[in-house]
Amino acid sequence: MALAEKLISPQAYLRSQTRWRPAEIVFWAAALSPYFLFPNYLSLASQIAVSALFALSLDLILGYAGIVSLGHAAFFGIGAYTAGLLSKYGWGEPLSGLALAALAAGIVGYATSFVICRFRHLALIMLTTGFGLLLAELANSAGWLTGGMDGLQGIHTWNLLGYFHFDLYGRTAYGYALAVLFVLFLLARRIIHSPFGLALRGIRENLTRMPAIGAPSLAHMRTIYAIAAAIAGVAGAILAQTTETVSLDSLGFERSAEVVVMLVLGGAGRLYGGLVGAAIFMIARDRFSGVEPQYWYFWIGILLVAVVIFLPNGILGGLAKLTARWSRS
Amino acid sequence: MSVPALATRGLAKKFGSLVVASDIEIVLPKGVRYALIGPNGAGKTTLINLITGMLRPDAGQILLDDADITVLPPDQRVRRGLVRTYQINSLFPYLTALESVTLAICERSRAARTWWRQLPAYRHEIDEAYEILVALTLAPVCNRPTRELAYGQQRLLEIALALATRPKVLLLDEPAAGVPREESKELFAAIAGLSQDITVLFIEHDMELVFRFASRVIVMVGGRVLVEGTPHEIATDPRVRAVYLGKATARTVREQRHG
Amino acid sequence: MLPPVVGVLFDGLAYGMLLFLLSVGQSVTLGMMNFINLAHCSFAMLGGYVTAALMSRYGWPFFATLPCAFIVAAVVSVGFERTLFRRLYRASELDQVLLTIGIVFISVAVAAYIFGTDQQPLQLPPYLHGAFTFMGIRFAVYRLLLIGLALLITLALIGGLDYTRFGARVRAAVDNQRMARGLGIDVDRTFAITFALGSGLAGLGGALAINIIGLDPSFALTYLIYVLIVVSVGGLGSVSGSFAAALVLGISDVAGKYYIPQLGAFLIYLVMISLLMWRPLGILGRR
Repeated sequence: MALAEKLISPQAYLRSQTRWRPAEIVFWAAALSPYFLFPNYLSLASQIAVSALFALSLDLILGYAGIVSLGHAAFFGIGAYTAGLLSKYGWGEPLSGLALAALAAGIVGYATSFVICRFRHLALIMLTTGFGLLLAELANSAGWLTGGMDGLQGIHTWNLLGYFHFDLYGRTAYGYALAVLFVLFLLARRIIHSPFGLALRGIRENLTRMPAIGAPSLAHMRTIYAIAAAIAGVAGAILAQTTETVSLDSLGFERSAEVVVMLVLGGAGRLYGGLVGAAIFMIARDRFSGVEPQYWYFWIGILLVAVVIFLPNGILGGLAKLTARWSRS
Repeated sequence: MSVPALATRGLAKKFGSLVVASDIEIVLPKGVRYALIGPNGAGKTTLINLITGMLRPDAGQILLDDADITVLPPDQRVRRGLVRTYQINSLFPYLTALESVTLAICERSRAARTWWRQLPAYRHEIDEAYEILVALTLAPVCNRPTRELAYGQQRLLEIALALATRPKVLLLDEPAAGVPREESKELFAAIAGLSQDITVLFIEHDMELVFRFASRVIVMVGGRVLVEGTPHEIATDPRVRAVYLGKATARTVREQRHG
Repeated sequence: MLPPVVGVLFDGLAYGMLLFLLSVGQSVTLGMMNFINLAHCSFAMLGGYVTAALMSRYGWPFFATLPCAFIVAAVVSVGFERTLFRRLYRASELDQVLLTIGIVFISVAVAAYIFGTDQQPLQLPPYLHGAFTFMGIRFAVYRLLLIGLALLITLALIGGLDYTRFGARVRAAVDNQRMARGLGIDVDRTFAITFALGSGLAGLGGALAINIIGLDPSFALTYLIYVLIVVSVGGLGSVSGSFAAALVLGISDVAGKYYIPQLGAFLIYLVMISLLMWRPLGILGRR
């Protein structure tokens, strides 16, 4: 270790941090495997991709800027309803639907960030929860717009790029979701490895020190909050377009809580944590779907307790510790 | 008479009935090294918090280079060159030393607002960060996370962070606090090596540091400025003795002199 | 003849008192150790099920089950505190939230497994049925009991805090934990006892709640949000703050549902958000 420190120049070291690791290439190659290995599970795979994108967006604020939000599904829901309403009223083109969903969610995210980013600790958790619940209540009462408990009907998604039809097997859906996930992942990766990303980590590590080095922390937090909201909106829009339904639980508290669990399970602040956690969570839930809901709650509860006590940095954190120990010995 | 680097007029603050600052008036000419001493609870750190904007004063003015910064938020004061370090380390535990200093520089140069270019592309900022770390003998550990550094090295990193912002006025809150004797050599060298362009005010209890580095000393007691002068004047001032040693001893000193 | 708003206020008062019993323990322990225990309502639910089980399976009279609900909830909570919670006193809020939510999920599943997912029926003794009618307004006997009991407990709590040595230790630990330790106060023991008391009160609240809001396995989750609103609005560590907040919340909720049912819970969330934005530490918060 000491030898390496002397030989590498500071630029080279920082550059090595931003390089693609072999494990990452394996991960994305493996993401294509459902087409060959699990062709009957492509719709589950696209749901996983949606949840992974949602968890990634949460990682940007929770894992990197330290903003603990239990109301992030609000933006997921806004994106879903935007894309759904757009399609219902005649415009079912998927990519433009995504763009508008991102815009809607991003604008609401930016607006609320002026309030949200000023708080930490319990007040922040309560405020984000409150906003989420408030929006869910609004959506419930505005049945004329959202379809209320029955959900949004009449969504029909046009062919992707005018050619790929969204079939029943989910082939187009998965390719679509995976492609969008990959592109936005690249975006998130770029953000994290930029000076702005470094500033976010500074905010997470020591918020009070930031003003003392001249950092406009609030402005930074608002920016990432808006970006995360937009990405969450895209995730919701993909769900709406690929399943051709939108219901109230797309912005409910359960969805907000679930995505936090997924992220923490995988490991926050590691970019891949949300992706890994989403995959494990969704696959597990699929296994449990035939069983009584009590069993699901029970095992999720046990999992949460176990992760907090034994794997505080999530699965990826645990793996990182293991590999560090192996490479040292 | 040239404009002082930093000046306060009638600065006052109280928490309920507890007066922590009362009618504080200090004038720091450019480039001078000031020490701020006083017993515990005298309000020294409070004064720094007031000057840097972490606390809002009840009354009074703060002037940086003749500009009134009394209502300016803390990060803007840093941009104008008013920087502090902390008595208890306030660092970024999981960022490496290099990353921490680079962050400070990027914030200064506003590079921290860009998210589309990767960090290694910012050669100037990284080089500058590395130079600061070299000057503070932290280069060998620049790629280690802050939490793995020795305490003395962390204190040096505190100063490095402050220097990264290119301060005009530097407020050091007990820079040697908690640093064991073996590690304090680099720290003293760092403080001695501070550029003459920077006006420095440091809080210290360590009288050796005060005598070595300060050309003037301000004594604070109970939220007020008691007296100001050269280190020698302060050391022989009976009022200062009284404050530190108690009034009886001061009387004894007086009796000895006249008796 | 009194206007119907008096009846609404009365029902709101009863509901508020219930919320107070459920929340006060959470407020004080949060204020003391800064430990977010979302499983607090699971202990309330436990108290409720103890009462329901003792009455339906063993034929115990209602009032006899109440101390049991209190004691069982208190004892079980201390068990959790000693084994799991104390590891997380220094952990991040998120970790505390996740761990205690995990426990809530486990408790919901266990309750559903043992008792089924239906509402627990409760046979109150005949003298608790019915209501007084006074000046045209119906005052249910059970709610009068609830209000009376809660007021007694409130007085006991405030009296205990202000006039006993233990209460002084609690107040010191809430104000400044490090200082309290420095003064020789055994903060850990004080906290364990306070935690037990708070959870016991929640258990009692859960038992008393059966007749007002019902009891089923989702209780631990449904009322959690109300408790959190009371705690964050009323101020951490403040008994009087929790009392005021619980009152406001109880009355607003009942009044809202009575006068503007379309609004639903919207009003509550709006009130909470506005109050938190104005005073993030709660109305009477100390931190």
